[in-house]
Amino acid sequence: MPEGRVDAALRQRLEELESKHGDTVRTADIAEVVESMMATLKGDVSGADVAIYAELESLARYIQQAKIEIAHLRPDQVKEQYLPAAADQLDAIVEATAEATHTIMDATETIEGVMENLDGKNSRKLMDATTRIYEACGFQDITGQRITKVVKTLKDIEERIDALVAAFGSEIEKVKAEQPEPEEKEEKKDSGEVLIHGPQLAEDAKSQAEVDALLASFD
Amino acid sequence: MAVDMNMSILVVDDYKTMLRILRNLLRQLNFSNIEEASDGADALKMLRKTSIDLIISDWNMEPMTGIELLHEVRSDDKLKHIPFIMITAESKSENVIAAKEAGVSNYIVKPFNAETLKSKIVTVLGDF
Repeated sequence: MPEGRVDAALRQRLEELESKHGDTVRTADIAEVVESMMATLKGDVSGADVAIYAELESLARYIQQAKIEIAHLRPDQVKEQYLPAAADQLDAIVEATAEATHTIMDATETIEGVMENLDGKNSRKLMDATTRIYEACGFQDITGQRITKVVKTLKDIEERIDALVAAFGSEIEKVKAEQPEPEEKEEKKDSGEVLIHGPQLAEDAKSQAEVDALLASFD
Repeated sequence: MAVDMNMSILVVDDYKTMLRILRNLLRQLNFSNIEEASDGADALKMLRKTSIDLIISDWNMEPMTGIELLHEVRSDDKLKHIPFIMITAESKSENVIAAKEAGVSNYIVKPFNAETLKSKIVTVLGDF
């Protein structure tokens, strides 16, 4: 009941001001509206209540502002682009090191084969060397386990960001609409920066034969 | 008692590189009969159809871990006598204690060297 009364009185006074002054309202008139509103509130709402409402309103504004700022950080991009890309790169490291380790062991096994035809002293020397190579190859197992741990952590982060994206859905959509994805590649084409990607993932990489064919196509 | 170099050794690890490293190092120690499994469940299947004299297993594997495999082995009347060496990067005291309580025969921390591997096998099986 008090709320309806306050709103109606306030609305009436604002309409009067608007019809009289249009969009330009004097500070004194605003103060008069506020005072009259506070007077209307007397008896219905205590000063402490008003202070609490003001605090709550301020808190709501703060939360809304924080939501907007977080939405501008684009957690959806972090989830959809950056985290999967990082995980793919780490998986590629594990794969590449495993492949290299097998190549090293292929070569070591070949040395062992040759070693069988050598005399005792040389054979022992080579045996010691191949043993050390096998021991050193254990790095792949350790780095692989560490990287797998990091990938799991990235997946946990992804799940949490997923929840954040779901909670901020509408805000993020607004930001996306306001700020469409920049066409970075076009803008940076001349700077050369766009050409630096680091090693490609296997599915994105061109083979030497494909690069040769591409070069040959210019002839 | 001398160790039979033809004894069958089951190596369990989910990393193919580690399986190959262990196979090569064991071969250099003159063991020739080496079987491989890619996790605890795979190992358990092999253990139930093949005669195995020594298990060397990683801890961190899916779907069945090394410690789960150890529990399964120690609770199976036909398998519980098999020496079991855990070879793992899990080196916290709680891991070692859990493995000991589950009945592990010995424990090797990764990264390891051939000398450590040999000395742990000697401790478990006797000199060779």
